[in-house]
Amino acid sequence: MLTLTCPCCGVTAEETEFAPGGEAHPKRFGPDSSDADFEGYLFARANPKGVHFERWRHAYGCGKWFLAARCTATLEVFGTYPAQTTAPPADVIKKIKTKRPEWEGYK
Amino acid sequence: MKRYSMFAVAREAMRYHAGWERAWRSPEPKKRYKVIVVGAGGHGLATAYYLGKVHGITDVAVIEKGWLGGGNTGRNTTIIRSNYLQDPSAAIYEKARSLYEGLSQDLNYNVMFSPRGLLMLGQTEHEVRGYQRTVHANRLQGIATEWIGPERVKELVPILNIDGPRYPVLGALYQARGGTARHDAVAWGYARACSNMGMDIIQQCEVTGISQNAGKVTGITTSKGEIGCENLAIVVAGHSSVMAEMGGFRLPIESVALQAWVSEPIKPCMDVVVMANTVHGYMSQSDKGEMVIGGGTDGFNNYTQRGSWHHVEETTRALVETFPIISRLKMLRQWGGIVDMTGDRSPILSKTPVEGIFVNCGWGTGGFKAIPGSGFAMAELIARGHSPLAAEFNLDRFKEGRFIDESVAAGVAH
Repeated sequence: MLTLTCPCCGVTAEETEFAPGGEAHPKRFGPDSSDADFEGYLFARANPKGVHFERWRHAYGCGKWFLAARCTATLEVFGTYPAQTTAPPADVIKKIKTKRPEWEGYK
Repeated sequence: MKRYSMFAVAREAMRYHAGWERAWRSPEPKKRYKVIVVGAGGHGLATAYYLGKVHGITDVAVIEKGWLGGGNTGRNTTIIRSNYLQDPSAAIYEKARSLYEGLSQDLNYNVMFSPRGLLMLGQTEHEVRGYQRTVHANRLQGIATEWIGPERVKELVPILNIDGPRYPVLGALYQARGGTARHDAVAWGYARACSNMGMDIIQQCEVTGISQNAGKVTGITTSKGEIGCENLAIVVAGHSSVMAEMGGFRLPIESVALQAWVSEPIKPCMDVVVMANTVHGYMSQSDKGEMVIGGGTDGFNNYTQRGSWHHVEETTRALVETFPIISRLKMLRQWGGIVDMTGDRSPILSKTPVEGIFVNCGWGTGGFKAIPGSGFAMAELIARGHSPLAAEFNLDRFKEGRFIDESVAAGVAH
Protein backbone atom coordinates (compact mmCIF):
# COMPACT_ATOMS: atom_id res chain seq x y z
CA MET A 1 0.00 0.00 0.00
CA LEU A 2 1.16 3.47 -0.88
CA THR A 3 2.32 5.48 2.15
CA LEU A 4 2.56 9.26 2.04
CA THR A 5 3.72 11.93 4.46
CA CYS A 6 1.70 15.13 4.57
CA PRO A 7 4.13 18.09 4.56
CA CYS A 8 1.50 20.33 6.13
CA CYS A 9 0.75 18.40 9.32
CA GLY A 10 3.61 15.90 9.25
CA VAL A 11 1.41 12.81 9.51
CA THR A 12 2.57 9.67 7.67
CA ALA A 13 -0.36 7.52 6.63
CA GLU A 14 -1.63 4.99 4.13
CA GLU A 15 -3.20 6.05 0.85
CA THR A 16 -6.75 5.55 2.14
CA GLU A 17 -6.29 8.73 4.19
CA PHE A 18 -5.38 10.78 1.10
CA ALA A 19 -7.19 11.72 -2.10
CA PRO A 20 -5.23 11.88 -5.37
CA GLY A 21 -5.57 15.07 -7.39
CA GLY A 22 -3.77 14.52 -10.69
CA GLU A 23 -0.69 16.04 -12.28
CA ALA A 24 1.11 18.81 -10.37
CA HIS A 25 2.48 22.10 -11.70
CA PRO A 26 0.12 22.47 -14.68
CA LYS A 27 1.04 25.44 -16.80
CA ARG A 28 -2.13 27.46 -16.90
CA PHE A 29 -3.48 29.06 -20.08
CA GLY A 30 -6.40 31.45 -20.07
CA PRO A 31 -8.85 32.97 -22.53
CA ASP A 32 -6.14 34.80 -24.53
CA SER A 33 -4.12 31.68 -25.26
CA SER A 34 -4.16 29.62 -28.43
CA ASP A 35 -6.61 26.70 -28.79
CA ALA A 36 -3.74 24.21 -28.70
CA ASP A 37 -2.30 25.62 -25.46
CA PHE A 38 -5.71 25.74 -23.81
CA GLU A 39 -6.48 22.17 -24.89
CA GLY A 40 -3.11 21.03 -23.60
CA TYR A 41 -3.71 22.69 -20.23
CA LEU A 42 -7.18 21.17 -19.89
CA PHE A 43 -6.64 17.66 -21.20
CA ALA A 44 -3.12 16.56 -22.15
CA ARG A 45 -1.24 14.84 -19.35
CA ALA A 46 2.37 13.75 -19.02
CA ASN A 47 1.36 10.35 -17.59
CA PRO A 48 4.97 9.10 -17.49
CA LYS A 49 6.12 5.62 -16.58
CA GLY A 50 8.60 6.70 -13.93
CA VAL A 51 9.01 9.99 -12.07
CA HIS A 52 5.69 11.80 -11.70
CA PHE A 53 4.82 15.01 -9.88
CA GLU A 54 1.30 15.00 -8.57
CA ARG A 55 -1.21 16.63 -6.28
CA TRP A 56 -2.71 14.98 -3.22
CA ARG A 57 -5.05 16.13 -0.52
CA HIS A 58 -4.88 14.95 3.07
CA ALA A 59 -8.62 14.34 2.89
CA TYR A 60 -9.06 12.39 6.11
CA GLY A 61 -6.50 14.42 8.03
CA CYS A 62 -5.64 18.10 8.01
CA GLY A 63 -7.50 18.58 4.71
CA LYS A 64 -4.64 20.46 3.05
CA TRP A 65 -3.44 20.06 -0.52
CA PHE A 66 0.20 19.13 -1.07
CA LEU A 67 2.44 17.85 -3.85
CA ALA A 68 4.40 14.64 -4.20
CA ALA A 69 7.16 13.22 -6.39
CA ARG A 70 6.55 9.53 -6.96
CA CYS A 71 7.64 6.78 -9.34
CA THR A 72 4.61 5.35 -11.17
CA ALA A 73 6.52 2.19 -12.08
CA THR A 74 7.45 1.24 -8.50
CA LEU A 75 5.22 3.45 -6.31
CA GLU A 76 8.37 4.76 -4.55
CA VAL A 77 7.76 8.21 -3.09
CA PHE A 78 10.74 10.55 -3.45
CA GLY A 79 9.31 13.31 -1.35
CA THR A 80 6.31 15.51 -0.60
CA TYR A 81 6.23 19.29 -0.46
CA PRO A 82 3.73 22.11 0.10
CA ALA A 83 1.29 23.05 -2.68
CA GLN A 84 2.47 26.69 -2.62
CA THR A 85 5.29 26.04 -5.10
CA THR A 86 5.45 26.42 -8.87
CA ALA A 87 8.23 23.89 -9.43
CA PRO A 88 9.63 20.92 -7.49
CA PRO A 89 12.11 22.02 -4.77
CA ALA A 90 15.83 21.41 -5.25
CA ASP A 91 16.16 18.80 -2.49
CA VAL A 92 13.42 16.63 -4.06
CA ILE A 93 15.04 16.93 -7.51
CA LYS A 94 18.38 15.96 -6.00
CA LYS A 95 16.91 12.94 -4.29
CA ILE A 96 15.26 11.77 -7.51
CA LYS A 97 18.51 12.18 -9.46
CA THR A 98 20.38 10.08 -6.89
CA LYS A 99 17.84 7.29 -7.11
CA ARG A 100 17.07 7.56 -10.84
CA PRO A 101 20.32 8.65 -12.61
CA GLU A 102 18.69 8.05 -16.02
CA TRP A 103 15.85 10.50 -15.28
CA GLU A 104 15.74 13.35 -17.78
CA GLY A 105 14.90 16.00 -15.21
CA TYR A 106 11.87 18.15 -14.53
CA LYS A 107 10.41 19.61 -17.70
CA MET B 1 -3.25 -23.79 -41.50
CA LYS B 2 -5.28 -26.85 -40.71
CA ARG B 3 -8.85 -26.05 -39.82
CA TYR B 4 -10.19 -26.99 -36.42
CA SER B 5 -13.26 -29.21 -36.68
CA MET B 6 -14.89 -32.25 -35.20
CA PHE B 7 -13.13 -34.31 -37.88
CA ALA B 8 -9.77 -32.83 -36.90
CA VAL B 9 -10.38 -33.83 -33.28
CA ALA B 10 -11.34 -37.35 -34.39
CA ARG B 11 -8.34 -37.60 -36.73
CA GLU B 12 -5.90 -36.47 -34.03
CA ALA B 13 -7.49 -38.78 -31.48
CA MET B 14 -6.53 -41.68 -33.76
CA ARG B 15 -2.86 -40.68 -33.90
CA TYR B 16 -2.00 -39.58 -30.38
CA HIS B 17 -2.60 -35.88 -31.14
CA ALA B 18 0.71 -35.68 -32.98
CA GLY B 19 -0.61 -33.62 -35.86
CA TRP B 20 -1.62 -30.35 -34.19
CA GLU B 21 0.25 -27.35 -35.53
CA ARG B 22 1.35 -24.28 -33.63
CA ALA B 23 -1.51 -21.78 -33.79
CA TRP B 24 0.72 -18.96 -35.03
CA ARG B 25 4.27 -18.54 -36.32
CA SER B 26 6.91 -16.59 -34.39
CA PRO B 27 9.13 -15.15 -37.13
CA GLU B 28 11.98 -12.67 -36.96
CA PRO B 29 10.95 -9.19 -38.10
CA LYS B 30 11.37 -8.22 -41.76
CA LYS B 31 13.06 -4.94 -42.74
CA ARG B 32 9.84 -3.21 -43.62
CA TYR B 33 6.07 -3.56 -43.44
CA LYS B 34 3.18 -1.59 -44.85
CA VAL B 35 1.53 -1.44 -41.43
CA ILE B 36 3.04 -2.06 -38.01
CA VAL B 37 0.64 -2.55 -35.14
CA VAL B 38 2.26 -2.08 -31.73
CA GLY B 39 0.54 -4.20 -29.11
CA ALA B 40 -0.54 -7.82 -29.57
CA GLY B 41 -3.53 -7.64 -27.31
CA GLY B 42 -7.08 -8.09 -28.47
CA HIS B 43 -7.42 -4.63 -30.01
CA GLY B 44 -4.07 -4.78 -31.84
CA LEU B 45 -4.64 -8.25 -33.22
CA ALA B 46 -8.21 -7.43 -34.23
CA THR B 47 -6.92 -4.32 -36.02
CA ALA B 48 -4.46 -6.49 -37.97
CA TYR B 49 -7.09 -9.13 -38.66
CA TYR B 50 -9.63 -6.73 -40.17
CA LEU B 51 -6.88 -4.95 -42.13
CA GLY B 52 -6.29 -8.28 -43.86
CA LYS B 53 -9.81 -9.60 -44.00
CA VAL B 54 -11.73 -6.49 -45.01
CA HIS B 55 -9.09 -4.35 -46.70
CA GLY B 56 -6.70 -6.95 -48.14
CA ILE B 57 -3.65 -5.46 -46.40
CA THR B 58 -1.58 -8.40 -45.19
CA ASP B 59 1.91 -6.85 -45.16
CA VAL B 60 1.45 -6.31 -41.44
CA ALA B 61 3.52 -6.92 -38.32
CA VAL B 62 2.11 -7.00 -34.81
CA ILE B 63 4.84 -6.10 -32.30
CA GLU B 64 4.51 -7.10 -28.67
CA LYS B 65 6.80 -6.21 -25.78
CA GLY B 66 5.73 -9.13 -23.59
CA TRP B 67 3.64 -12.06 -24.65
CA LEU B 68 0.53 -12.16 -26.79
CA GLY B 69 -2.61 -11.29 -24.87
CA GLY B 70 -0.64 -10.80 -21.65
CA GLY B 71 -1.83 -7.29 -20.91
CA ASN B 72 -5.38 -6.21 -20.27
CA THR B 73 -6.73 -8.83 -22.72
CA GLY B 74 -5.76 -11.50 -20.23
CA ARG B 75 -6.65 -9.46 -17.15
CA ASN B 76 -10.25 -8.35 -17.59
CA THR B 77 -13.52 -9.84 -16.37
CA THR B 78 -14.61 -10.81 -19.93
CA ILE B 79 -17.91 -8.95 -19.88
CA ILE B 80 -19.54 -8.08 -23.22
CA ARG B 81 -22.36 -5.56 -23.46
CA SER B 82 -23.41 -2.60 -25.58
CA ASN B 83 -25.94 -0.79 -23.39
CA TYR B 84 -24.27 2.63 -23.64
CA LEU B 85 -26.02 5.96 -23.52
CA GLN B 86 -24.37 7.98 -26.28
CA ASP B 87 -24.96 7.12 -29.94
CA PRO B 88 -21.31 6.82 -31.04
CA SER B 89 -20.54 4.48 -28.12
CA ALA B 90 -23.63 2.38 -28.71
CA ALA B 91 -22.71 2.05 -32.39
CA ILE B 92 -19.15 0.80 -31.87
CA TYR B 93 -19.92 -1.43 -28.86
CA GLU B 94 -22.94 -2.93 -30.63
CA LYS B 95 -20.79 -3.58 -33.70
CA ALA B 96 -18.36 -5.39 -31.40
CA ARG B 97 -21.09 -7.38 -29.70
CA SER B 98 -22.61 -8.45 -33.01
CA LEU B 99 -19.18 -9.48 -34.34
CA TYR B 100 -18.65 -11.53 -31.16
CA GLU B 101 -21.78 -13.52 -32.03
CA GLY B 102 -20.16 -14.94 -35.15
CA LEU B 103 -16.52 -14.70 -34.09
CA SER B 104 -15.92 -18.39 -33.38
CA GLN B 105 -17.09 -19.32 -36.88
CA ASP B 106 -15.29 -16.37 -38.46
CA LEU B 107 -11.94 -17.23 -36.84
CA ASN B 108 -12.44 -21.02 -36.80
CA TYR B 109 -11.50 -20.74 -33.12
CA ASN B 110 -13.86 -21.25 -30.23
CA VAL B 111 -13.93 -17.97 -28.30
CA MET B 112 -16.68 -19.41 -26.07
CA PHE B 113 -18.96 -16.40 -26.50
CA SER B 114 -21.75 -16.90 -24.01
CA PRO B 115 -24.65 -14.45 -24.45
CA ARG B 116 -26.00 -15.29 -21.05
CA GLY B 117 -27.56 -11.92 -20.31
CA LEU B 118 -26.36 -9.01 -18.26
CA LEU B 119 -27.98 -7.02 -15.48
CA MET B 120 -27.00 -3.60 -14.25
CA LEU B 121 -28.73 -3.17 -10.92
CA GLY B 122 -30.56 0.01 -10.04
CA GLN B 123 -30.01 0.50 -6.32
CA THR B 124 -30.84 4.17 -5.88
CA GLU B 125 -33.60 6.34 -7.36
CA HIS B 126 -30.98 8.23 -9.35
CA GLU B 127 -29.56 5.07 -10.79
CA VAL B 128 -33.03 3.82 -11.71
CA ARG B 129 -33.73 7.02 -13.62
CA GLY B 130 -30.32 6.92 -15.26
CA TYR B 131 -30.76 3.36 -16.48
CA GLN B 132 -34.30 3.96 -17.67
CA ARG B 133 -32.91 6.80 -19.72
CA THR B 134 -30.30 4.42 -21.14
CA VAL B 135 -33.03 1.90 -22.03
CA HIS B 136 -34.90 4.62 -23.94
CA ALA B 137 -31.69 5.66 -25.69
CA ASN B 138 -30.91 2.04 -26.56
CA ARG B 139 -34.38 1.62 -28.04
CA LEU B 140 -33.73 4.56 -30.38
CA GLN B 141 -30.31 3.09 -31.23
CA GLY B 142 -31.84 -0.29 -32.07
CA ILE B 143 -30.14 -2.09 -29.19
CA ALA B 144 -32.23 -4.62 -27.31
CA THR B 145 -32.26 -3.70 -23.63
CA GLU B 146 -35.13 -3.47 -21.19
CA TRP B 147 -35.87 -2.21 -17.70
CA ILE B 148 -37.05 -5.01 -15.41
CA GLY B 149 -38.49 -4.91 -11.91
CA PRO B 150 -37.03 -6.47 -8.74
CA GLU B 151 -39.19 -9.63 -8.98
CA ARG B 152 -37.81 -10.42 -12.42
CA VAL B 153 -34.31 -9.69 -11.17
CA LYS B 154 -34.79 -12.17 -8.32
CA GLU B 155 -36.08 -14.73 -10.81
CA LEU B 156 -32.99 -14.33 -12.99
CA VAL B 157 -30.55 -14.25 -10.06
CA PRO B 158 -31.93 -16.27 -7.13
CA ILE B 159 -28.73 -15.78 -5.10
CA LEU B 160 -29.15 -12.00 -5.14
CA ASN B 161 -30.28 -10.25 -1.97
CA ILE B 162 -32.78 -7.75 -3.34
CA ASP B 163 -33.83 -6.45 0.09
CA GLY B 164 -30.43 -5.12 1.12
CA PRO B 165 -30.93 -2.67 3.98
CA ARG B 166 -28.77 0.07 2.55
CA TYR B 167 -29.18 -0.44 -1.19
CA PRO B 168 -32.25 -2.54 -2.06
CA VAL B 169 -32.52 -3.65 -5.68
CA LEU B 170 -35.16 -1.45 -7.29
CA GLY B 171 -34.85 -3.03 -10.74
CA ALA B 172 -32.24 -3.55 -13.40
CA LEU B 173 -31.17 -2.66 -16.89
CA TYR B 174 -31.24 -6.00 -18.67
CA GLN B 175 -29.38 -6.76 -21.87
CA ALA B 176 -30.31 -10.34 -22.71
CA ARG B 177 -27.75 -10.59 -25.50
CA GLY B 178 -24.83 -9.40 -23.42
CA GLY B 179 -22.58 -11.93 -21.73
CA THR B 180 -19.01 -13.13 -21.58
CA ALA B 181 -16.36 -14.76 -23.78
CA ARG B 182 -13.08 -16.54 -23.18
CA HIS B 183 -10.65 -13.62 -23.17
CA ASP B 184 -7.46 -15.53 -24.02
CA ALA B 185 -9.19 -17.34 -26.85
CA VAL B 186 -10.15 -14.04 -28.44
CA ALA B 187 -6.47 -13.03 -28.62
CA TRP B 188 -5.33 -16.51 -29.66
CA GLY B 189 -8.03 -16.82 -32.32
CA TYR B 190 -7.19 -13.46 -33.89
CA ALA B 191 -3.47 -14.26 -33.71
CA ARG B 192 -3.95 -17.58 -35.48
CA ALA B 193 -6.05 -15.98 -38.19
CA CYS B 194 -3.54 -13.13 -38.66
CA SER B 195 -0.62 -15.51 -38.88
CA ASN B 196 -2.56 -17.56 -41.41
CA MET B 197 -2.93 -14.48 -43.62
CA GLY B 198 0.87 -14.14 -43.64
CA MET B 199 1.16 -11.44 -40.99
CA ASP B 200 4.11 -11.55 -38.60
CA ILE B 201 3.41 -11.60 -34.87
CA ILE B 202 6.63 -10.67 -33.09
CA GLN B 203 6.62 -11.19 -29.33
CA GLN B 204 9.29 -10.25 -26.79
CA CYS B 205 10.11 -7.21 -28.90
CA GLU B 206 9.93 -3.84 -27.17
CA VAL B 207 9.55 -0.61 -29.10
CA THR B 208 12.12 1.94 -27.91
CA GLY B 209 11.69 4.73 -30.44
CA ILE B 210 9.69 6.04 -33.38
CA SER B 211 11.53 7.42 -36.43
CA GLN B 212 10.05 10.31 -38.37
CA ASN B 213 10.97 12.31 -41.42
CA ALA B 214 9.31 15.67 -42.17
CA GLY B 215 6.39 14.98 -39.87
CA LYS B 216 5.78 11.51 -41.26
CA VAL B 217 6.50 8.18 -39.59
CA THR B 218 9.20 6.08 -41.24
CA GLY B 219 9.69 3.23 -38.81
CA ILE B 220 10.34 2.09 -35.28
CA THR B 221 13.36 1.10 -33.23
CA THR B 222 12.88 -2.08 -31.26
CA SER B 223 14.87 -4.49 -29.12
CA LYS B 224 15.09 -6.60 -32.31
CA GLY B 225 16.41 -3.74 -34.46
CA GLU B 226 14.98 -1.13 -36.77
CA ILE B 227 11.78 -1.89 -38.67
CA GLY B 228 10.43 0.40 -41.37
CA CYS B 229 6.75 1.07 -42.00
CA GLU B 230 4.31 3.26 -43.90
CA ASN B 231 1.70 3.32 -41.15
CA LEU B 232 2.03 2.77 -37.45
CA ALA B 233 -0.89 1.84 -35.23
CA ILE B 234 -0.34 2.36 -31.50
CA VAL B 235 -2.69 0.00 -29.68
CA VAL B 236 -1.04 -0.36 -26.29
CA ALA B 237 -3.72 0.60 -23.73
CA GLY B 238 -1.99 1.58 -20.47
CA HIS B 239 1.31 2.44 -22.16
CA SER B 240 -0.22 4.76 -24.78
CA SER B 241 1.29 7.88 -23.19
CA VAL B 242 4.75 6.29 -23.21
CA MET B 243 4.44 5.53 -26.94
CA ALA B 244 3.00 8.98 -27.65
CA GLU B 245 6.01 10.53 -25.92
CA MET B 246 8.25 8.62 -28.36
CA GLY B 247 6.18 10.08 -31.18
CA GLY B 248 6.52 13.57 -29.73
CA PHE B 249 2.92 14.27 -28.78
CA ARG B 250 0.78 14.04 -25.66
CA LEU B 251 -2.52 12.26 -25.14
CA PRO B 252 -5.41 13.14 -22.83
CA ILE B 253 -4.82 9.87 -20.99
CA GLU B 254 -3.96 8.84 -17.47
CA SER B 255 -2.94 5.28 -16.62
CA VAL B 256 -4.34 3.71 -13.49
CA ALA B 257 -4.59 0.21 -12.05
CA LEU B 258 -7.79 -1.82 -12.22
CA GLN B 259 -8.05 -5.12 -10.40
CA ALA B 260 -10.04 -8.32 -10.69
CA TRP B 261 -10.11 -11.49 -8.64
CA VAL B 262 -11.72 -14.93 -8.70
CA SER B 263 -13.03 -17.25 -6.02
CA GLU B 264 -12.56 -20.98 -5.70
CA PRO B 265 -14.81 -22.85 -8.15
CA ILE B 266 -18.30 -23.73 -6.97
CA LYS B 267 -21.33 -25.37 -8.56
CA PRO B 268 -23.29 -23.28 -11.08
CA CYS B 269 -25.28 -20.70 -9.15
CA MET B 270 -25.54 -17.63 -11.38
CA ASP B 271 -26.01 -17.77 -15.14
CA VAL B 272 -26.07 -14.03 -15.86
CA VAL B 273 -23.56 -11.22 -15.39
CA VAL B 274 -24.50 -8.83 -12.58
CA MET B 275 -23.09 -5.33 -12.23
CA ALA B 276 -23.83 -3.36 -9.08
CA ASN B 277 -22.40 0.04 -9.79
CA THR B 278 -23.65 1.90 -6.74
CA VAL B 279 -21.80 -0.42 -4.40
CA HIS B 280 -18.81 -0.73 -6.74
CA GLY B 281 -18.69 -4.33 -7.83
CA TYR B 282 -19.61 -6.77 -10.54
CA MET B 283 -19.63 -10.53 -10.71
CA SER B 284 -20.18 -13.42 -13.08
CA GLN B 285 -19.50 -17.15 -12.89
CA SER B 286 -16.91 -18.63 -15.22
CA ASP B 287 -17.39 -21.95 -16.98
CA LYS B 288 -14.99 -23.45 -14.44
CA GLY B 289 -17.27 -22.30 -11.63
CA GLU B 290 -15.15 -19.48 -10.24
CA MET B 291 -16.93 -16.29 -9.30
CA VAL B 292 -15.18 -13.58 -11.34
CA ILE B 293 -15.19 -10.23 -9.53
CA GLY B 294 -14.21 -6.74 -10.51
CA GLY B 295 -14.42 -3.36 -8.85
CA GLY B 296 -13.22 0.21 -9.17
CA THR B 297 -9.91 1.68 -10.25
CA ASP B 298 -7.26 3.36 -8.17
CA GLY B 299 -7.27 7.13 -8.37
CA PHE B 300 -3.58 7.76 -8.98
CA ASN B 301 -1.25 7.19 -11.93
CA ASN B 302 0.20 3.73 -11.77
CA TYR B 303 2.06 1.36 -14.10
CA THR B 304 2.69 -1.47 -11.65
CA GLN B 305 -0.09 -3.89 -12.75
CA ARG B 306 -1.12 -4.35 -9.16
CA GLY B 307 -3.71 -2.31 -7.39
CA SER B 308 -4.42 -1.12 -3.90
CA TRP B 309 -5.62 -3.61 -1.34
CA HIS B 310 -8.49 -1.49 -0.06
CA HIS B 311 -10.31 -1.79 -3.40
CA VAL B 312 -10.36 -5.57 -3.05
CA GLU B 313 -11.72 -5.19 0.44
CA GLU B 314 -14.37 -2.60 -0.48
CA THR B 315 -15.64 -4.49 -3.52
CA THR B 316 -15.74 -7.86 -1.80
CA ARG B 317 -17.57 -6.32 1.13
CA ALA B 318 -20.13 -4.75 -1.20
CA LEU B 319 -20.66 -8.00 -3.07
CA VAL B 320 -21.07 -10.01 0.12
CA GLU B 321 -23.94 -7.65 1.01
CA THR B 322 -25.40 -8.12 -2.45
CA PHE B 323 -24.78 -11.89 -2.70
CA PRO B 324 -24.75 -13.29 0.88
CA ILE B 325 -24.02 -16.79 -0.53
CA ILE B 326 -20.42 -15.81 -1.32
CA SER B 327 -19.51 -14.76 2.22
CA ARG B 328 -17.61 -18.01 2.99
CA LEU B 329 -15.89 -18.29 -0.40
CA LYS B 330 -12.11 -18.25 -0.56
CA MET B 331 -10.57 -15.99 -3.13
CA LEU B 332 -8.05 -17.81 -5.32
CA ARG B 333 -6.27 -15.21 -7.40
CA GLN B 334 -6.09 -11.45 -7.73
CA TRP B 335 -4.41 -9.42 -10.42
CA GLY B 336 -4.24 -5.92 -11.86
CA GLY B 337 -4.01 -4.30 -15.26
CA ILE B 338 -3.11 -0.78 -16.33
CA VAL B 339 -6.05 0.96 -17.93
CA ASP B 340 -5.89 4.13 -20.01
CA MET B 341 -8.50 6.61 -18.84
CA THR B 342 -9.68 9.59 -20.87
CA GLY B 343 -11.56 12.51 -19.37
CA ASP B 344 -14.88 11.57 -20.95
CA ARG B 345 -14.34 7.81 -20.40
CA SER B 346 -14.65 7.18 -24.13
CA PRO B 347 -11.93 5.73 -26.35
CA ILE B 348 -9.71 7.46 -28.85
CA LEU B 349 -9.46 6.06 -32.39
CA SER B 350 -7.67 8.71 -34.31
CA LYS B 351 -5.00 10.06 -36.56
CA THR B 352 -2.28 11.91 -34.64
CA PRO B 353 -0.14 15.03 -35.20
CA VAL B 354 2.38 12.71 -36.93
CA GLU B 355 1.32 11.59 -40.40
CA GLY B 356 1.00 7.82 -40.62
CA ILE B 357 0.65 7.27 -36.88
CA PHE B 358 -2.76 6.18 -35.62
CA VAL B 359 -3.79 5.60 -32.02
CA ASN B 360 -6.40 3.28 -30.62
CA CYS B 361 -6.53 3.78 -26.87
CA GLY B 362 -8.53 5.20 -24.02
CA TRP B 363 -10.78 2.15 -23.67
CA GLY B 364 -10.23 2.52 -19.96
CA THR B 365 -11.94 -0.09 -17.86
CA GLY B 366 -14.14 -1.49 -20.63
CA GLY B 367 -12.01 -2.52 -23.58
CA PHE B 368 -12.53 -6.26 -23.83
CA LYS B 369 -16.15 -6.00 -24.92
CA ALA B 370 -15.13 -3.68 -27.75
CA ILE B 371 -12.31 -5.72 -29.29
CA PRO B 372 -13.93 -6.78 -32.60
CA GLY B 373 -15.62 -3.42 -33.19
CA SER B 374 -12.51 -1.49 -32.24
CA GLY B 375 -10.35 -3.57 -34.58
CA PHE B 376 -12.90 -3.25 -37.37
CA ALA B 377 -13.08 0.54 -37.09
CA MET B 378 -9.33 0.98 -36.60
CA ALA B 379 -8.54 -1.12 -39.68
CA GLU B 380 -10.94 1.00 -41.72
CA LEU B 381 -9.36 4.19 -40.37
CA ILE B 382 -5.86 3.03 -41.34
CA ALA B 383 -6.81 1.60 -44.74
CA ARG B 384 -9.18 4.35 -45.91
CA GLY B 385 -8.26 7.31 -43.74
CA HIS B 386 -11.80 7.52 -42.44
CA SER B 387 -14.15 5.26 -40.52
CA PRO B 388 -17.77 6.12 -39.73
CA LEU B 389 -17.61 4.10 -36.51
CA ALA B 390 -14.41 5.82 -35.35
CA ALA B 391 -15.18 9.34 -36.61
CA GLU B 392 -16.59 10.71 -33.35
CA PHE B 393 -13.73 9.23 -31.31
CA ASN B 394 -10.97 11.36 -32.83
CA LEU B 395 -8.48 13.37 -30.81
CA ASP B 396 -9.95 16.69 -31.94
CA ARG B 397 -13.04 16.13 -29.87
CA PHE B 398 -11.25 17.45 -26.79
CA LYS B 399 -10.23 20.68 -28.47
CA GLU B 400 -13.69 21.11 -29.96
CA GLY B 401 -15.58 20.16 -26.82
CA ARG B 402 -17.43 17.26 -28.46
CA PHE B 403 -17.09 14.90 -25.52
CA ILE B 404 -18.73 11.51 -25.62
CA ASP B 405 -19.59 11.54 -21.98
CA GLU B 406 -19.94 8.01 -20.65
CA SER B 407 -18.57 8.60 -17.17
CA VAL B 408 -22.02 9.22 -15.78
CA ALA B 409 -23.78 6.65 -17.91
CA ALA B 410 -21.44 3.83 -16.98
CA GLY B 411 -20.79 4.58 -13.33
CA VAL B 412 -17.86 2.59 -12.05
CA ALA B 413 -18.05 -0.85 -13.45
CA HIS B 414 -17.49 -0.60 -17.11
